[in-house]
Amino acid sequence: MFGQMRVVEKRQLLSIEEISRTLNRLAHEIVEKSGGAHDLALIGVRRRGVPLSERLAGAIKSFAHVDVPVGTLDITLYRDDLSTVGPQPVVQSTNIDFPVDNRDLVIVDDVLYTGRTIRAAMNGLFDLGRPKRVRLLVLIDRGHRELPIEATFVGQTIQTSDTEIVEVRLKEIDREERVMLVDRVP
Amino acid sequence: MLERLPHLLGIESLSREQIEFFLDQAKPFQAFQRHPLKKLATLRGKTVAIAFFEASTRTRISFTTAASRLGADTMALQAEASSLKKGESLMDTVRTLEAMKPDAIVMRHSSSGAPHFVAERLEIPVLNAGDGTHEHPTQALLDALTIRDRKARLEGLRVTILGDILHSRVARSNIHLLSKFGAGITLCGPSMWVPREVETLAPQIRRTLCIEEALEGADVVMTLRVQTERIHEPALAPEEYIARYQLTPERLRRAKSDALVMHPGPMIRGLEIDDAVADGPQSCVLEQVTNGLAVRMALLYHLVGGPPADAPHPAKD
Repeated sequence: MFGQMRVVEKRQLLSIEEISRTLNRLAHEIVEKSGGAHDLALIGVRRRGVPLSERLAGAIKSFAHVDVPVGTLDITLYRDDLSTVGPQPVVQSTNIDFPVDNRDLVIVDDVLYTGRTIRAAMNGLFDLGRPKRVRLLVLIDRGHRELPIEATFVGQTIQTSDTEIVEVRLKEIDREERVMLVDRVP
Repeated sequence: MLERLPHLLGIESLSREQIEFFLDQAKPFQAFQRHPLKKLATLRGKTVAIAFFEASTRTRISFTTAASRLGADTMALQAEASSLKKGESLMDTVRTLEAMKPDAIVMRHSSSGAPHFVAERLEIPVLNAGDGTHEHPTQALLDALTIRDRKARLEGLRVTILGDILHSRVARSNIHLLSKFGAGITLCGPSMWVPREVETLAPQIRRTLCIEEALEGADVVMTLRVQTERIHEPALAPEEYIARYQLTPERLRRAKSDALVMHPGPMIRGLEIDDAVADGPQSCVLEQVTNGLAVRMALLYHLVGGPPADAPHPAKD
């Protein structure tokens, strides 16, 4: 996909400290807007939603002293572009080892863009049961929605163009940590 | 990431990496079998032809259910009800199915090599669901998945296969698979079912006619169905098979205490396997059935999902 394409970094959106501060703020917002943390559960969307959801649960535990269950969702089987993408995407495991019925779920992902990933995530979640409520948390909302989907909890909203890419790097996966705006140049 | 296979015809031609890929891909589908809502839309709009030119219940139901849980539709051809009985040739039957535009064909046939013959002539993926005495690749994959789940590896395990090795496509596919992982394989049964030639199937094969010797120290014991249609072959009465080769609790004690007992089904209780073993704590028979669904879903997803393997991908940058 990026074979013949050059990618240039335009600017840094979040530093490692800013990511940490943003997640802390979002953790507080979740608890505040949920009237406590008791029915809450976080669902991290593979891949980068997973470490984000774990960090949010850690933050909530540190100030609200509640263990919020964390699950991992792989959306591969729910994608709507399988008949057009190139190589067949590899299916990863979904690990949600608590009942989602009547839970207050927060889907966690790194970037909200077209909304299609979140549509797929919701389909996946509803195959597991009937949650009481489903909300969405993203680190970055970059616009360009193709579906009527919005996030309840947003780390940072930015304006982007179609050719730009928001690159989230997290130390659990990428061995460095920051969020960048990059551009593709032909 | 593995390059997409055009067909699944047998285990012999697969690499160890390809087998590992499919075993890994079956894992998410194993978890899926526990979902309250067992219906995906992943293969919605796709059609899988299930063409069984030989009687089968469990494999046919397993493939049909796997396709259906992925959201695909199936069209079924059953030997008993088909025009084969009226003398139509295999290729004519298959071409007729193909003209109804399925996206893949799952095929069982009593002739070894029939799926290969068909695969060379069709544009769509062919999945071998058992051909004659040749291969039954999805059975070997589900067996390997079951073993790997319980033993955490295949390497270095001692696997004993009991029964009619010569006529068993299950045994053949398992031998190919296990030998690629360096498992030690012992084949055991009456001499006419375990001729010397079976030793040439793969390296590291041990052959013995004595069940007690075969079971000594085994990690896995696979019993095969005694194909009663063959038992009347040169002088072997069922009573004699039971006396010499039935897997009983006493005999199983020679294997490791945590040895797995497997059977591809259908089991004939009281013939190749004793009730107490079939229902005992070491038996994985039902786990094998569930794993069969997971393996077949993973394979259908791999072979049928996405654009045709040779189609140009829509321009996307």
